Amino acid sequence: MKGGRNPANLTQVPTESTTALLRELVSHLRQNRTQLREEWAQRITEAKLLTAMTKEEVFAEATSVYDNYVEALETGTFEALQAYSRNLSERIIPRGVQTDEVVGIVLLLRDVLARSLFARYHADFDKLNRILDAYEPAANRIAITVAVGFVQERERTIREQQEAIRELSTPVLQVRERLLILPIIGVIDPQRARQLTEQLLRGIRTNRARVVVIDITGVAAMDSNVANHLVLTVEASRLLGATVIVTGLSPEIAQTLVNIGVDLTKMNTVGDLQGGIEEAERLLGYKVLPVEKTDQPS
Amino acid sequence: MAVPILKQGAYLIASVQSALTDADLLELRNALVEMVGRYRSRGVIVDVTAMDVMDSFASRTLRDIAHMIRLRGAETVIVGIQPEVAFTMVQLGLTLEGVATALDLEEGLAFLDRGSKKIARDLGAHGA
Repeated sequence: MKGGRNPANLTQVPTESTTALLRELVSHLRQNRTQLREEWAQRITEAKLLTAMTKEEVFAEATSVYDNYVEALETGTFEALQAYSRNLSERIIPRGVQTDEVVGIVLLLRDVLARSLFARYHADFDKLNRILDAYEPAANRIAITVAVGFVQERERTIREQQEAIRELSTPVLQVRERLLILPIIGVIDPQRARQLTEQLLRGIRTNRARVVVIDITGVAAMDSNVANHLVLTVEASRLLGATVIVTGLSPEIAQTLVNIGVDLTKMNTVGDLQGGIEEAERLLGYKVLPVEKTDQPS
Repeated sequence: MAVPILKQGAYLIASVQSALTDADLLELRNALVEMVGRYRSRGVIVDVTAMDVMDSFASRTLRDIAHMIRLRGAETVIVGIQPEVAFTMVQLGLTLEGVATALDLEEGLAFLDRGSKKIARDLGAHGA
């Protein structure tokens, strides 16, 4: 938050007079706390912001924000407000509160307070100007702090969810002793391809797999980078002593592989997953037989 | 740092203990090719579990070892390549073409045993 280009640094160096003005401002906001807070909560409801929350909740949060706001104006430090806005974001993000709502309520508070300053000082225009000079940069910085805190928190949530999706999206499954299946569904981007390879190679080692079936029925298309990566994965698995069977290649992917000139002698492919598993069982020496009904003990 | 070579029945086991210089690799190659004849071994296992880097010279030498030993009448298995090493190798295009690989020593021995059984079966078939 210390970069010179940061708009949050609009606060001018507090001189004697702005400090005095801010003090006056703060005491004004403290005196009118009840009325301004109610007005603000009213405006929030009118503007149909924070609809996910009940009226009481909005009022409770409004009180906390108001007090933090005044405190930030008074002390000129934003840490407490930052921590509070992060905490607030953590609570309201799961309820679907949007960025524009959060920015909206902070701007509403800014307007409510500015209006009350007008009402108080409109007789002394010169003083009003100086008060606003002291108030506006601080208010802007507060608005930015809250908005940035909210967005950061949301981005963190999104990152966590992406991570979780990625973890879930490539399960390495053991079907039989020494036989792994890796079903791939969806779009493979380079990052996912790399993660997939890591997981597969680790899975081969921990499960002591000798045959791996990679099923890409659920992959609609892949670019040549990813196709190349797939070939590298197949070869790396072989270096660990595992045979890879690729199943479920769509016509488009087959075309991509032929176009980039993959050495097909290295790729062991079977039409569908069932065929792949049968081939793998054959390689491992398994034989699956249907049980004769008459042979079963009653 | 010389690589210890152990004799286990009809097989030789060379287990690499640390990173090898080019000279060490050549020494390993010569020792293995010589010992395969001396002990009339049918299989060789090179365990590279301890190697965390595999450059082009190392992988070419491993391939040469496998090919030379095949000419001497035995099979070679490279075992214990680490996942990260394996992926780095294929990215560099070092794929140990035509060389058998296995997960670890146990798998390597099982691989060689399967090979022996196959030969025994073939002999049996011819005998019958």
